[in-house]
Amino acid sequence: MTNLTDLGIKAIRDGVASGEFTAREVAEGFNANVAAAADLNAFIVTTPDHALSAADAIDAKRAKGEALGSMGGVPIGMKDLFATKGVQTTAASHILEGFTPEYESTVSSNLWAAGAGMLGKLNLDQFAMGSSNETSYFGNVTSPWRRPDGSNTPMSPGGSSGGSSTAVSARLAPAATGTDTGGSIRQPAAFTGITGVKPTYGRCSRWGVVAFASSLDQAGPMAHDVTDCAIMLGAMAGFDPKDSTSLDMPVPDWEAALNSDLKGKKVGIPREYRVDGMDPEIEKSWEQGKAWLRDAGAEIVDISLPHTKYALPAYYIIAPAEASSNLARYDGVRYGLRDLPDGAGLQDMYAETRAAGFGDEVKRRILIGTYVLSAGFYDAYYNQAQKIRTLVAQDFEAAWSQCDVILAPTTPSASFGLGEKDDDPIGMYLNDVFAVPASLAGLPAMSVPCGVNSEGLPLGLQLVGPAFDEQGVMNAGLAIEERAGFTARAEKWW
Amino acid sequence: MSIDRATVAKIASLARIKMSDAELDRMAPELNNILKFVDQLSEVDTSNVEPMTAVIPNKLRLREDAVNADPKTGGDRREDILANAPAAEHGFFGVPKVIE
Repeated sequence: MTNLTDLGIKAIRDGVASGEFTAREVAEGFNANVAAAADLNAFIVTTPDHALSAADAIDAKRAKGEALGSMGGVPIGMKDLFATKGVQTTAASHILEGFTPEYESTVSSNLWAAGAGMLGKLNLDQFAMGSSNETSYFGNVTSPWRRPDGSNTPMSPGGSSGGSSTAVSARLAPAATGTDTGGSIRQPAAFTGITGVKPTYGRCSRWGVVAFASSLDQAGPMAHDVTDCAIMLGAMAGFDPKDSTSLDMPVPDWEAALNSDLKGKKVGIPREYRVDGMDPEIEKSWEQGKAWLRDAGAEIVDISLPHTKYALPAYYIIAPAEASSNLARYDGVRYGLRDLPDGAGLQDMYAETRAAGFGDEVKRRILIGTYVLSAGFYDAYYNQAQKIRTLVAQDFEAAWSQCDVILAPTTPSASFGLGEKDDDPIGMYLNDVFAVPASLAGLPAMSVPCGVNSEGLPLGLQLVGPAFDEQGVMNAGLAIEERAGFTARAEKWW
Repeated sequence: MSIDRATVAKIASLARIKMSDAELDRMAPELNNILKFVDQLSEVDTSNVEPMTAVIPNKLRLREDAVNADPKTGGDRREDILANAPAAEHGFFGVPKVIE
């Protein structure tokens, strides 16, 4: 019999609907995998009962002949940045430890309405700030992947959605939610050999998602393949009156319209992404990607995105500025930690609470944000960065007159060992150098696995499309997926 | 632009994050490295560029000016809002004495 935990969203949904197996069997299988994977530290809390009761509801509906929903019977992992009613929501921080929302985020509500259940809340970089999953208050997440050199170095699953990438890659969940502010879905997907989609800004409601940088934050699916991502994105997306930047437009049936025939399509190759000292294996994977898309019928064209090199520094002004403002709410008054020394006043309580509740990377970004927004520096830093952001968006706008979708590497390297980049914040930030431009421009983008490097570690290719054209992005992703035939899996050691 | 330890202390105070001397010493060079990295933005001529205000053009919606005009965005949830407060008293958030 098929091992149910090897299946993805579509296979589970269709198998439950046809009666090949029950939703309860699926939930039990994944609950068992989750329980046996403590070594990976992918979950902050597990919610096996949530998964089982959602599964039982689906099985009961099927017995009555009712419709099961686009994710009927699929248990998923929920990044612990989404507020879940009655289940602790921490953003992997100490300051929110014990916070138990009285409400459900729109995205998670939408997923439950589509028939999904929850296996647990997934670990992440604290407040989604990080690219290696080493900033969580609840400890590092370890990737299921290892270098084959026998050293057993624990590897980074990427970040910030590193619990999500590890859970899907290690078959602890068939799919998981992620959020992407400057690469936090795409980079971990690339590091762990899975597929992840960051939709157009506004597609998925931000309501109930712990805010990092509100003009950039977007939720999206992380799953085994493009089809599963199309299904899950369809369940997550939709207009929400509770989010002022939510897109008020219909959600297309992305799954039904998937088509890997790219005849008549033009794929842009941005010359500025070919940086000096580029990892030759990354370059090779990019060349291979071009060949696959050509084989799918597309024409490859060279394009220019002249302000690419300024995207990352602009991001590291804009994102911390918004973070410093968003995180002002953690003050020990309304929720979360309160640190009130004897005899201390209100101002001391704020400063003590925030000192005890935030990790180093979060403090670093709040300070940078506070500095670039402060009187005398606002124009030189924040305003200049917002102008650069306009230029980056205009670069893409110009590119769409020459091509339909852009192909680039997702990351400048494969995964690295935990601790190997600890001392170098800028080196860590460079992980997202290829991911950040699409974030600044609000564009849909995805990472799809394309192979493994000489160390046996996964590599991803990135596709970026015009606003609202998730379909074009996923179609090109599907064309790569069909040709890459990526079947590598991390050997189980946990 | 380079910032010294006193400036870091000032920013930390503005951000209401208490920092020890050792933390300030550690943070100052880290922040300087990041600021050095972002300083390259100054080489771009942006004199004719508007700063971005909305990444995807979108119209801000207005609701009817009435309490609970839309139950989805409405209020009347005091208990829910106070449920996670470290100190809630008489339907309010409790804080240390502010006025002497």
